[in-house]
Amino acid sequence: MSADDLQLFGGALTETAVMVGASGLPSLLLGLPLGLLLVITASGGISEHPTFSRGLGALINAFRSTPFIILLVALIPFTRFVVGTTIGTVAAIVPLTVAATPYFARIAEMSLREVDHGLIEALRALGASRWQIVREALVPEALPGLVSGFTVTIVTLIGASAMAGAVGAGGLGDLAIRYGYQRFETGIMVGVIVVLVVVVSLIQVAGDYLARRLNRRV
Amino acid sequence: MAALDGVDLQVNRGETFGIIGRSGAGKSTLIRSINALEKVDAGRVIVNGRDLGSLDQNGLNQVRRNIGMIFQHFNLLSMKTVFENVELPLKLAGQARELRAKAVWRMLDLVGLRDKAAAYPAKLSGGQKQRVGIARALVAGPSLLLSDEATSALDPETTLSILQLLKDLKATLGVTIILITHEMSVIREVCDHVAVLDHGRIIEQGAVWEVFGHPRTDLTRRLLRTVRPPLPETLQGQLQSEPIAAGRMLLRLSSADLQREPSVLALLTAADWDGTVVHAEIDSVQAHTFGTVTLSLRYRGEQQQAALCAQLQPRLADLEILGYVGG
Repeated sequence: MSADDLQLFGGALTETAVMVGASGLPSLLLGLPLGLLLVITASGGISEHPTFSRGLGALINAFRSTPFIILLVALIPFTRFVVGTTIGTVAAIVPLTVAATPYFARIAEMSLREVDHGLIEALRALGASRWQIVREALVPEALPGLVSGFTVTIVTLIGASAMAGAVGAGGLGDLAIRYGYQRFETGIMVGVIVVLVVVVSLIQVAGDYLARRLNRRV
Repeated sequence: MAALDGVDLQVNRGETFGIIGRSGAGKSTLIRSINALEKVDAGRVIVNGRDLGSLDQNGLNQVRRNIGMIFQHFNLLSMKTVFENVELPLKLAGQARELRAKAVWRMLDLVGLRDKAAAYPAKLSGGQKQRVGIARALVAGPSLLLSDEATSALDPETTLSILQLLKDLKATLGVTIILITHEMSVIREVCDHVAVLDHGRIIEQGAVWEVFGHPRTDLTRRLLRTVRPPLPETLQGQLQSEPIAAGRMLLRLSSADLQREPSVLALLTAADWDGTVVHAEIDSVQAHTFGTVTLSLRYRGEQQQAALCAQLQPRLADLEILGYVGG
Protein backbone atom coordinates (compact mmCIF):
# COMPACT_ATOMS: atom_id res chain seq x y z
CA MET A 1 0.00 0.00 0.00
CA SER A 2 1.39 3.36 -1.04
CA ALA A 3 1.71 6.49 1.06
CA ASP A 4 -1.12 8.02 -0.99
CA ASP A 5 -3.37 5.11 -0.19
CA LEU A 6 -2.55 5.42 3.49
CA GLN A 7 -3.46 9.07 3.35
CA LEU A 8 -6.74 8.18 1.64
CA PHE A 9 -7.55 5.67 4.34
CA GLY A 10 -6.51 8.01 7.14
CA GLY A 11 -8.69 10.80 5.80
CA ALA A 12 -11.67 8.55 5.22
CA LEU A 13 -11.39 7.01 8.66
CA THR A 14 -11.25 10.45 10.24
CA GLU A 15 -14.32 11.58 8.30
CA THR A 16 -16.22 8.47 9.39
CA ALA A 17 -15.14 9.01 12.99
CA VAL A 18 -16.28 12.64 12.89
CA MET A 19 -19.64 11.76 11.35
CA VAL A 20 -20.31 8.89 13.76
CA GLY A 21 -19.08 10.75 16.82
CA ALA A 22 -20.88 13.99 16.03
CA SER A 23 -24.18 12.21 15.36
CA GLY A 24 -23.79 9.51 18.03
CA LEU A 25 -23.60 11.91 20.96
CA PRO A 26 -26.74 13.90 20.11
CA SER A 27 -28.55 10.62 19.32
CA LEU A 28 -27.73 9.48 22.84
CA LEU A 29 -28.77 12.75 24.43
CA LEU A 30 -32.03 12.95 22.47
CA GLY A 31 -32.83 9.24 22.15
CA LEU A 32 -32.60 8.43 25.85
CA PRO A 33 -35.20 11.03 26.91
CA LEU A 34 -37.45 9.90 24.06
CA GLY A 35 -37.11 6.26 25.15
CA LEU A 36 -37.86 7.33 28.73
CA LEU A 37 -40.92 9.26 27.59
CA LEU A 38 -42.17 6.20 25.71
CA VAL A 39 -41.80 4.02 28.82
CA ILE A 40 -43.19 6.34 31.47
CA THR A 41 -46.19 7.43 29.39
CA ALA A 42 -47.09 3.88 28.27
CA SER A 43 -50.08 2.36 30.06
CA GLY A 44 -48.91 1.14 33.44
CA GLY A 45 -46.01 3.62 33.38
CA ILE A 46 -45.33 6.16 36.10
CA SER A 47 -46.73 9.04 34.03
CA GLU A 48 -49.41 7.15 32.17
CA HIS A 49 -50.61 8.90 28.99
CA PRO A 50 -51.37 6.24 26.38
CA THR A 51 -52.42 8.72 23.67
CA PHE A 52 -49.16 10.63 23.93
CA SER A 53 -47.19 7.38 24.05
CA ARG A 54 -48.88 6.06 20.91
CA GLY A 55 -48.40 9.36 19.07
CA LEU A 56 -44.72 9.52 19.95
CA GLY A 57 -44.33 5.85 19.02
CA ALA A 58 -45.91 6.49 15.60
CA LEU A 59 -43.61 9.46 14.96
CA ILE A 60 -40.57 7.42 15.89
CA ASN A 61 -41.72 4.59 13.64
CA ALA A 62 -42.16 7.01 10.74
CA PHE A 63 -38.50 8.01 10.95
CA ARG A 64 -37.39 4.45 11.58
CA SER A 65 -39.17 3.12 8.49
CA THR A 66 -37.67 5.67 6.12
CA PRO A 67 -34.53 4.22 4.46
CA PHE A 68 -31.50 6.31 5.34
CA ILE A 69 -30.59 7.15 1.75
CA ILE A 70 -34.06 8.69 1.31
CA LEU A 71 -33.91 10.49 4.66
CA LEU A 72 -30.57 11.93 3.56
CA VAL A 73 -32.14 13.56 0.53
CA ALA A 74 -35.50 14.40 2.05
CA LEU A 75 -33.86 16.29 4.89
CA ILE A 76 -31.78 18.55 2.65
CA PRO A 77 -33.83 21.72 3.42
CA PHE A 78 -33.72 20.96 7.13
CA THR A 79 -29.98 20.30 6.96
CA ARG A 80 -29.43 23.64 5.22
CA PHE A 81 -31.47 25.34 7.94
CA VAL A 82 -29.47 23.73 10.75
CA VAL A 83 -25.86 23.79 9.52
CA GLY A 84 -26.07 26.17 6.57
CA THR A 85 -24.78 23.68 3.99
CA THR A 86 -26.05 20.54 2.28
CA ILE A 87 -22.75 19.00 1.25
CA GLY A 88 -19.76 17.68 3.12
CA THR A 89 -19.13 15.85 6.37
CA VAL A 90 -20.96 18.41 8.50
CA ALA A 91 -24.05 18.15 6.29
CA ALA A 92 -24.17 14.38 6.81
CA ILE A 93 -24.24 14.73 10.58
CA VAL A 94 -27.78 16.15 10.58
CA PRO A 95 -29.54 13.28 8.75
CA LEU A 96 -27.39 10.73 10.63
CA THR A 97 -28.58 12.19 13.93
CA VAL A 98 -32.18 12.25 12.74
CA ALA A 99 -31.91 8.57 11.77
CA ALA A 100 -30.04 7.37 14.86
CA THR A 101 -32.11 9.22 17.45
CA PRO A 102 -35.36 7.27 16.95
CA TYR A 103 -33.31 4.09 16.52
CA PHE A 104 -31.65 4.54 19.91
CA ALA A 105 -34.94 5.72 21.43
CA ARG A 106 -36.51 2.35 20.60
CA ILE A 107 -33.52 0.42 21.91
CA ALA A 108 -33.49 2.50 25.10
CA GLU A 109 -37.22 1.93 25.46
CA MET A 110 -36.66 -1.84 25.37
CA SER A 111 -33.98 -1.72 28.07
CA LEU A 112 -36.00 0.63 30.26
CA ARG A 113 -39.15 -1.43 29.92
CA GLU A 114 -37.33 -4.48 31.22
CA VAL A 115 -36.59 -2.88 34.58
CA ASP A 116 -38.39 -4.99 37.20
CA HIS A 117 -41.72 -3.37 37.98
CA GLY A 118 -41.24 -4.31 41.65
CA LEU A 119 -38.39 -1.80 41.90
CA ILE A 120 -40.57 1.03 40.66
CA GLU A 121 -43.23 -0.12 43.11
CA ALA A 122 -40.65 -0.07 45.93
CA LEU A 123 -39.66 3.49 45.07
CA ARG A 124 -43.27 4.64 44.85
CA ALA A 125 -43.80 3.10 48.29
CA LEU A 126 -40.83 5.12 49.56
CA GLY A 127 -42.51 8.32 48.43
CA ALA A 128 -40.22 8.93 45.45
CA SER A 129 -41.28 11.51 42.88
CA ARG A 130 -41.42 10.52 39.20
CA TRP A 131 -38.13 12.19 38.51
CA GLN A 132 -36.55 10.37 41.47
CA ILE A 133 -37.88 7.05 40.15
CA VAL A 134 -36.30 7.79 36.76
CA ARG A 135 -32.99 8.90 38.26
CA GLU A 136 -32.61 6.32 41.03
CA ALA A 137 -34.23 3.24 39.51
CA LEU A 138 -35.16 3.30 35.83
CA VAL A 139 -31.96 4.64 34.29
CA PRO A 140 -29.40 3.02 36.64
CA GLU A 141 -31.10 -0.39 36.47
CA ALA A 142 -31.28 -0.22 32.66
CA LEU A 143 -27.70 1.04 32.32
CA PRO A 144 -26.04 -2.19 31.09
CA GLY A 145 -28.78 -2.57 28.46
CA LEU A 146 -28.47 1.09 27.50
CA VAL A 147 -24.71 0.70 26.99
CA SER A 148 -25.23 -2.38 24.82
CA GLY A 149 -27.95 -0.56 22.91
CA PHE A 150 -25.76 2.46 22.32
CA THR A 151 -22.99 0.19 21.02
CA VAL A 152 -25.43 -1.25 18.47
CA THR A 153 -26.48 2.29 17.54
CA ILE A 154 -22.86 3.32 16.91
CA VAL A 155 -22.27 0.27 14.70
CA THR A 156 -25.46 1.08 12.77
CA LEU A 157 -24.28 4.68 12.38
CA ILE A 158 -21.01 3.44 10.86
CA GLY A 159 -23.06 1.51 8.32
CA ALA A 160 -25.32 4.48 7.57
CA SER A 161 -22.38 6.85 7.24
CA ALA A 162 -21.24 4.85 4.19
CA MET A 163 -24.22 6.32 2.35
CA ALA A 164 -23.26 9.83 3.33
CA GLY A 165 -20.90 9.86 0.35
CA ALA A 166 -24.04 10.75 -1.61
CA VAL A 167 -23.84 14.28 -0.19
CA GLY A 168 -20.06 14.42 -0.54
CA ALA A 169 -19.40 13.69 3.11
CA GLY A 170 -16.54 11.30 2.43
CA GLY A 171 -15.75 8.54 4.88
CA LEU A 172 -14.84 4.89 4.48
CA GLY A 173 -17.98 3.93 2.56
CA ASP A 174 -17.43 6.70 0.07
CA LEU A 175 -13.84 5.56 -0.39
CA ALA A 176 -14.94 2.02 -1.16
CA ILE A 177 -17.57 3.17 -3.69
CA ARG A 178 -15.42 5.69 -5.55
CA TYR A 179 -12.08 3.88 -5.58
CA GLY A 180 -12.97 0.26 -4.99
CA TYR A 181 -16.11 0.08 -7.13
CA GLN A 182 -16.03 2.88 -9.72
CA ARG A 183 -12.26 2.71 -10.34
CA PHE A 184 -12.01 -1.09 -9.98
CA GLU A 185 -9.34 -0.82 -7.29
CA THR A 186 -10.12 -4.09 -5.55
CA GLY A 187 -7.29 -3.54 -3.08
CA ILE A 188 -8.98 -0.40 -1.73
CA MET A 189 -12.32 -2.22 -1.50
CA VAL A 190 -10.77 -5.08 0.47
CA GLY A 191 -8.87 -2.59 2.61
CA VAL A 192 -12.04 -0.69 3.50
CA ILE A 193 -13.80 -3.90 4.44
CA VAL A 194 -10.91 -4.97 6.64
CA VAL A 195 -10.77 -1.57 8.36
CA LEU A 196 -14.54 -1.60 8.94
CA VAL A 197 -14.46 -5.12 10.37
CA VAL A 198 -11.64 -4.15 12.74
CA VAL A 199 -13.29 -0.86 13.82
CA VAL A 200 -16.72 -2.43 14.35
CA SER A 201 -15.20 -5.35 16.28
CA LEU A 202 -13.26 -3.00 18.53
CA ILE A 203 -16.36 -0.94 19.27
CA GLN A 204 -18.41 -4.05 19.95
CA VAL A 205 -15.77 -5.53 22.25
CA ALA A 206 -15.42 -2.24 24.13
CA GLY A 207 -19.22 -1.90 24.46
CA ASP A 208 -19.64 -5.47 25.68
CA TYR A 209 -16.85 -5.03 28.19
CA LEU A 210 -18.36 -1.84 29.57
CA ALA A 211 -21.84 -3.34 29.78
CA ARG A 212 -20.45 -6.36 31.61
CA ARG A 213 -18.46 -4.21 34.02
CA LEU A 214 -21.54 -2.15 34.81
CA ASN A 215 -23.80 -5.13 35.38
CA ARG A 216 -24.17 -5.88 39.10
CA ARG A 217 -26.85 -8.49 38.60
CA VAL A 218 -24.40 -11.41 38.50
CA MET B 1 -65.79 -7.30 40.40
CA ALA B 2 -64.42 -5.66 43.52
CA ALA B 3 -61.12 -7.00 44.85
CA LEU B 4 -62.11 -5.85 48.32
CA ASP B 5 -65.57 -5.34 49.68
CA GLY B 6 -66.76 -3.98 52.99
CA VAL B 7 -63.37 -4.28 54.64
CA ASP B 8 -63.41 -2.54 57.98
CA LEU B 9 -60.14 -2.76 59.84
CA GLN B 10 -58.60 -0.84 62.64
CA VAL B 11 -54.97 -1.32 63.49
CA ASN B 12 -53.74 0.16 66.73
CA ARG B 13 -50.42 1.88 67.17
CA GLY B 14 -47.63 -0.45 68.23
CA GLU B 15 -49.32 -3.73 67.39
CA THR B 16 -48.49 -6.33 64.80
CA PHE B 17 -51.53 -6.98 62.69
CA GLY B 18 -51.65 -10.00 60.40
CA ILE B 19 -53.93 -10.49 57.42
CA ILE B 20 -54.16 -14.06 56.22
CA GLY B 21 -55.94 -15.59 53.27
CA ARG B 22 -55.47 -17.84 50.30
CA SER B 23 -54.02 -16.53 47.04
CA GLY B 24 -56.47 -14.29 45.28
CA ALA B 25 -58.29 -13.36 48.49
CA GLY B 26 -57.33 -9.70 48.07
CA LYS B 27 -54.55 -9.54 50.66
CA SER B 28 -52.13 -7.80 48.35
CA THR B 29 -54.70 -5.24 47.23
CA LEU B 30 -55.57 -4.58 50.87
CA ILE B 31 -52.02 -3.94 52.04
CA ARG B 32 -51.22 -1.88 48.94
CA SER B 33 -54.20 0.33 49.63
CA ILE B 34 -52.68 1.30 52.97
CA ASN B 35 -49.93 3.28 51.20
CA ALA B 36 -52.13 4.06 48.20
CA LEU B 37 -50.11 1.99 45.74
CA GLU B 38 -53.62 0.81 45.01
CA LYS B 39 -56.38 3.42 45.06
CA VAL B 40 -59.68 2.55 46.70
CA ASP B 41 -62.85 3.23 44.68
CA ALA B 42 -64.99 3.73 47.76
CA GLY B 43 -64.33 4.09 51.46
CA ARG B 44 -61.42 5.68 53.25
CA VAL B 45 -57.93 4.72 54.29
CA ILE B 46 -56.71 6.70 57.25
CA VAL B 47 -53.08 6.52 58.31
CA ASN B 48 -51.94 8.50 61.33
CA GLY B 49 -55.12 10.52 61.14
CA ARG B 50 -54.74 11.49 57.48
CA ASP B 51 -57.21 10.37 54.84
CA LEU B 52 -55.07 9.15 51.92
CA GLY B 53 -57.84 9.84 49.41
CA SER B 54 -57.79 13.55 50.20
CA LEU B 55 -54.07 14.02 49.49
CA ASP B 56 -52.42 15.20 46.29
CA GLN B 57 -49.34 13.41 44.92
CA ASN B 58 -47.02 15.54 47.05
CA GLY B 59 -48.96 14.96 50.24
CA LEU B 60 -49.15 11.26 49.43
CA ASN B 61 -45.38 11.07 49.00
CA GLN B 62 -44.97 12.73 52.41
CA VAL B 63 -47.24 10.12 54.02
CA ARG B 64 -45.47 7.30 52.19
CA ARG B 65 -42.14 8.41 53.66
CA ASN B 66 -43.64 7.58 57.02
CA ILE B 67 -44.65 4.08 55.90
CA GLY B 68 -41.98 1.45 55.25
CA MET B 69 -42.70 -1.51 53.02
CA ILE B 70 -41.02 -4.87 52.47
CA PHE B 71 -41.77 -7.25 49.64
CA GLN B 72 -41.83 -10.95 48.82
CA HIS B 73 -39.16 -10.51 46.16
CA PHE B 74 -37.22 -7.90 48.15
CA ASN B 75 -37.23 -5.33 45.30
CA LEU B 76 -33.70 -4.12 45.96
CA LEU B 77 -31.97 -1.97 43.37
CA SER B 78 -29.45 -4.31 41.76
CA MET B 79 -27.14 -1.52 40.62
CA LYS B 80 -26.78 -0.08 44.12
CA THR B 81 -24.77 -1.52 46.99
CA VAL B 82 -26.38 -2.63 50.23
CA PHE B 83 -25.39 0.70 51.76
CA GLU B 84 -26.85 2.71 48.88
CA ASN B 85 -30.06 0.71 48.96
CA VAL B 86 -30.55 1.42 52.66
CA GLU B 87 -29.56 5.05 52.14
CA LEU B 88 -32.11 5.58 49.37
CA PRO B 89 -35.15 6.65 51.46
CA LEU B 90 -33.04 9.31 53.18
CA LYS B 91 -31.68 10.50 49.86
CA LEU B 92 -35.21 10.72 48.46
CA ALA B 93 -36.20 12.79 51.48
CA GLY B 94 -33.30 15.16 50.77
CA GLN B 95 -31.29 14.48 53.92
CA ALA B 96 -27.66 15.61 54.10
CA ARG B 97 -25.04 12.98 53.29
CA GLU B 98 -23.38 12.95 56.76
CA LEU B 99 -26.70 12.47 58.52
CA ARG B 100 -27.61 9.71 56.10
CA ALA B 101 -24.46 7.70 56.71
CA LYS B 102 -25.03 7.64 60.45
CA ALA B 103 -28.59 6.36 60.12
CA VAL B 104 -27.58 3.77 57.52
CA TRP B 105 -24.81 2.32 59.70
CA ARG B 106 -27.19 2.12 62.64
CA MET B 107 -29.75 0.21 60.57
CA LEU B 108 -27.10 -2.10 59.11
CA ASP B 109 -26.00 -2.89 62.66
CA LEU B 110 -29.58 -3.59 63.70
CA VAL B 111 -30.08 -6.08 60.86
CA GLY B 112 -26.57 -7.51 61.25
CA LEU B 113 -25.22 -6.62 57.81
CA ARG B 114 -22.50 -4.06 58.57
CA ASP B 115 -19.91 -6.22 56.83
CA LYS B 116 -22.01 -6.43 53.65
CA ALA B 117 -22.37 -2.67 53.19
CA ALA B 118 -20.28 -2.58 50.01
CA ALA B 119 -21.78 -5.74 48.47
CA TYR B 120 -24.35 -5.72 45.67
CA PRO B 121 -27.68 -7.51 46.26
CA ALA B 122 -26.86 -10.24 43.71
CA LYS B 123 -24.14 -11.49 46.08
CA LEU B 124 -26.53 -11.91 49.02
CA SER B 125 -28.69 -14.83 50.15
CA GLY B 126 -32.47 -14.47 50.25
CA GLY B 127 -32.46 -13.88 53.99
CA GLN B 128 -29.76 -11.23 53.70
CA LYS B 129 -31.66 -9.51 50.89
CA GLN B 130 -34.75 -9.31 53.06
CA ARG B 131 -32.64 -7.89 55.89
CA VAL B 132 -31.53 -5.15 53.51
CA GLY B 133 -35.19 -4.67 52.54
CA ILE B 134 -36.11 -4.29 56.20
CA ALA B 135 -33.24 -1.87 56.84
CA ARG B 136 -34.32 0.22 53.85
CA ALA B 137 -37.94 0.21 54.99
CA LEU B 138 -37.08 1.35 58.52
CA VAL B 139 -34.08 3.66 58.05
CA ALA B 140 -36.19 6.81 57.82
CA GLY B 141 -37.94 5.94 61.09
CA PRO B 142 -41.46 5.29 59.79
CA SER B 143 -44.29 4.72 62.24
CA LEU B 144 -45.74 1.90 60.15
CA LEU B 145 -44.20 -1.07 58.37
CA LEU B 146 -46.11 -2.96 55.69
CA SER B 147 -44.95 -6.48 54.96
CA ASP B 148 -46.18 -7.96 51.70
CA GLU B 149 -45.52 -11.72 51.99
CA ALA B 150 -42.01 -10.86 53.15
CA THR B 151 -41.08 -14.41 54.11
CA SER B 152 -42.89 -16.32 51.38
CA ALA B 153 -39.80 -16.67 49.20
CA LEU B 154 -37.62 -17.85 52.09
CA ASP B 155 -36.91 -21.29 53.55
CA PRO B 156 -38.46 -22.12 56.95
CA GLU B 157 -35.30 -21.48 58.95
CA THR B 158 -34.63 -18.12 57.30
CA THR B 159 -38.31 -17.26 57.72
CA LEU B 160 -37.97 -17.74 61.47
CA SER B 161 -34.86 -15.57 61.63
CA ILE B 162 -36.57 -12.78 59.65
CA LEU B 163 -39.65 -12.98 61.88
CA GLN B 164 -37.43 -12.82 64.96
CA LEU B 165 -35.72 -9.75 63.49
CA LEU B 166 -39.10 -8.10 62.94
CA LYS B 167 -40.04 -8.79 66.55
CA ASP B 168 -36.74 -7.37 67.80
CA LEU B 169 -37.00 -4.27 65.62
CA LYS B 170 -40.55 -3.68 66.70
CA ALA B 171 -39.36 -3.73 70.31
CA THR B 172 -36.39 -1.45 69.55
CA LEU B 173 -38.06 1.04 67.23
CA GLY B 174 -41.69 0.79 68.33
CA VAL B 175 -42.98 0.53 64.79
CA THR B 176 -46.49 -0.71 64.02
CA ILE B 177 -46.49 -3.66 61.63
CA ILE B 178 -49.19 -4.78 59.21
CA LEU B 179 -48.32 -7.96 57.37
CA ILE B 180 -50.04 -10.20 54.90
CA THR B 181 -49.25 -13.87 54.58
CA HIS B 182 -50.78 -17.18 53.58
CA GLU B 183 -48.98 -18.99 56.37
CA MET B 184 -50.57 -19.40 59.78
CA SER B 185 -47.15 -20.06 61.26
CA VAL B 186 -46.16 -16.46 60.45
CA ILE B 187 -49.29 -15.14 62.16
CA ARG B 188 -48.59 -17.30 65.17
CA GLU B 189 -44.97 -16.25 65.38
CA VAL B 190 -45.28 -12.46 65.30
CA CYS B 191 -48.85 -11.17 65.26
CA ASP B 192 -51.00 -9.75 68.02
CA HIS B 193 -54.15 -9.52 65.94
CA VAL B 194 -55.23 -11.38 62.87
CA ALA B 195 -57.89 -10.90 60.20
CA VAL B 196 -58.87 -13.69 57.84
CA LEU B 197 -59.61 -12.46 54.33
CA ASP B 198 -61.63 -14.46 51.83
CA HIS B 199 -62.98 -13.25 48.48
CA GLY B 200 -62.24 -9.66 49.44
CA ARG B 201 -64.11 -9.82 52.73
CA ILE B 202 -62.92 -10.16 56.28
CA ILE B 203 -64.60 -13.29 57.59
CA GLU B 204 -63.00 -13.41 60.99
CA GLN B 205 -60.76 -11.25 63.13
CA GLY B 206 -59.51 -11.05 66.66
CA ALA B 207 -56.53 -11.59 68.91
CA VAL B 208 -54.34 -14.35 67.55
CA TRP B 209 -54.83 -16.56 70.59
CA GLU B 210 -58.60 -16.24 70.27
CA VAL B 211 -58.65 -17.14 66.61
CA PHE B 212 -56.29 -20.05 67.23
CA GLY B 213 -58.34 -21.21 70.18
CA HIS B 214 -61.81 -20.68 68.73
CA PRO B 215 -61.72 -20.54 64.96
CA ARG B 216 -65.22 -19.61 63.85
CA THR B 217 -65.07 -20.35 60.14
CA ASP B 218 -64.16 -23.40 58.08
CA LEU B 219 -61.53 -21.46 56.17
CA THR B 220 -59.77 -20.47 59.39
CA ARG B 221 -59.82 -24.08 60.52
CA ARG B 222 -58.35 -25.18 57.22
CA LEU B 223 -55.65 -22.54 57.44
CA LEU B 224 -54.93 -23.61 61.00
CA ARG B 225 -54.35 -27.20 59.90
CA THR B 226 -50.93 -26.18 58.65
CA VAL B 227 -49.83 -25.42 62.19
CA ARG B 228 -51.67 -28.36 63.74
CA PRO B 229 -50.47 -31.91 63.34
CA PRO B 230 -52.36 -33.69 60.57
CA LEU B 231 -54.23 -36.96 61.04
CA PRO B 232 -52.20 -40.12 60.56
CA GLU B 233 -52.08 -40.93 56.87
CA THR B 234 -53.98 -44.20 57.21
CA LEU B 235 -56.92 -42.41 58.83
CA GLN B 236 -56.75 -39.47 56.45
CA GLY B 237 -57.03 -41.86 53.49
CA GLN B 238 -60.21 -43.49 54.81
CA LEU B 239 -61.84 -40.25 55.82
CA GLN B 240 -65.28 -39.53 54.34
CA SER B 241 -67.18 -36.29 54.62
CA GLU B 242 -70.66 -37.84 54.89
CA PRO B 243 -71.76 -39.85 57.94
CA ILE B 244 -71.69 -43.61 57.57
CA ALA B 245 -74.50 -45.76 59.05
CA ALA B 246 -72.21 -47.14 61.71
CA GLY B 247 -68.56 -46.41 62.17
CA ARG B 248 -66.26 -43.96 63.79
CA MET B 249 -66.50 -40.21 63.90
CA LEU B 250 -63.34 -38.15 64.03
CA LEU B 251 -63.62 -35.03 66.14
CA ARG B 252 -61.22 -32.28 66.98
CA LEU B 253 -61.97 -30.47 70.18
CA SER B 254 -60.16 -27.27 70.95
CA SER B 255 -60.33 -25.19 74.01
CA ALA B 256 -58.49 -22.12 75.11
CA ASP B 257 -59.53 -22.94 78.64
CA LEU B 258 -57.49 -25.86 79.81
CA GLN B 259 -59.55 -26.44 82.91
CA ARG B 260 -62.30 -27.77 80.76
CA GLU B 261 -60.19 -30.47 79.20
CA PRO B 262 -60.60 -33.04 81.98
CA SER B 263 -64.34 -32.68 81.67
CA VAL B 264 -64.13 -33.80 78.05
CA LEU B 265 -62.46 -36.96 79.10
CA ALA B 266 -64.86 -37.32 82.01
CA LEU B 267 -67.73 -37.01 79.60
CA LEU B 268 -66.29 -39.67 77.37
CA THR B 269 -65.55 -42.10 80.14
CA ALA B 270 -68.89 -41.54 81.81
CA ALA B 271 -70.77 -42.21 78.63
CA ASP B 272 -70.79 -45.69 77.30
CA TRP B 273 -68.95 -44.90 74.08
CA ASP B 274 -66.00 -46.49 72.61
CA GLY B 275 -63.42 -43.81 71.98
CA THR B 276 -59.76 -43.46 71.16
CA VAL B 277 -57.54 -40.42 71.50
CA VAL B 278 -55.81 -39.99 68.14
CA HIS B 279 -53.86 -36.95 69.14
CA ALA B 280 -53.71 -34.52 72.00
CA GLU B 281 -51.58 -31.46 72.56
CA ILE B 282 -51.28 -28.44 74.71
CA ASP B 283 -50.12 -25.36 72.89
CA SER B 284 -49.34 -21.84 73.87
CA VAL B 285 -49.99 -18.75 71.75
CA GLN B 286 -49.41 -15.25 73.09
CA ALA B 287 -49.17 -16.72 76.61
CA HIS B 288 -52.62 -18.24 76.26
CA THR B 289 -52.60 -21.97 76.68
CA PHE B 290 -55.07 -24.08 74.82
CA GLY B 291 -55.55 -27.75 74.24
CA THR B 292 -56.52 -29.74 71.23
CA VAL B 293 -57.77 -33.32 71.36
CA THR B 294 -58.52 -35.37 68.30
CA LEU B 295 -60.86 -38.26 69.11
CA SER B 296 -62.07 -41.21 67.18
CA LEU B 297 -65.52 -42.18 68.54
CA ARG B 298 -67.42 -45.31 67.62
CA TYR B 299 -71.16 -44.89 67.16
CA ARG B 300 -74.04 -47.02 66.03
CA GLY B 301 -76.50 -45.28 63.79
CA GLU B 302 -77.18 -41.66 62.98
CA GLN B 303 -79.21 -41.06 66.09
CA GLN B 304 -76.40 -41.86 68.42
CA GLN B 305 -74.02 -39.79 66.35
CA ALA B 306 -76.31 -36.75 66.62
CA ALA B 307 -76.75 -37.28 70.33
CA LEU B 308 -73.01 -37.46 70.77
CA CYS B 309 -72.48 -34.14 69.02
CA ALA B 310 -75.33 -32.53 70.92
CA GLN B 311 -73.78 -33.55 74.21
CA LEU B 312 -70.25 -32.48 73.35
CA GLN B 313 -70.97 -29.17 71.66
CA PRO B 314 -72.15 -27.00 74.57
CA ARG B 315 -69.42 -28.28 76.83
CA LEU B 316 -66.64 -27.14 74.60
CA ALA B 317 -65.25 -24.05 73.06
CA ASP B 318 -64.89 -25.56 69.65
CA LEU B 319 -65.80 -28.81 68.03
CA GLU B 320 -64.83 -29.70 64.52
CA ILE B 321 -66.00 -32.88 62.82
CA LEU B 322 -63.09 -33.95 60.66
CA GLY B 323 -64.99 -36.79 59.00
CA TYR B 324 -66.17 -40.34 59.28
CA VAL B 325 -64.43 -43.65 58.97
CA GLY B 326 -66.12 -47.00 58.42
CA GLY B 327 -65.59 -50.13 60.57
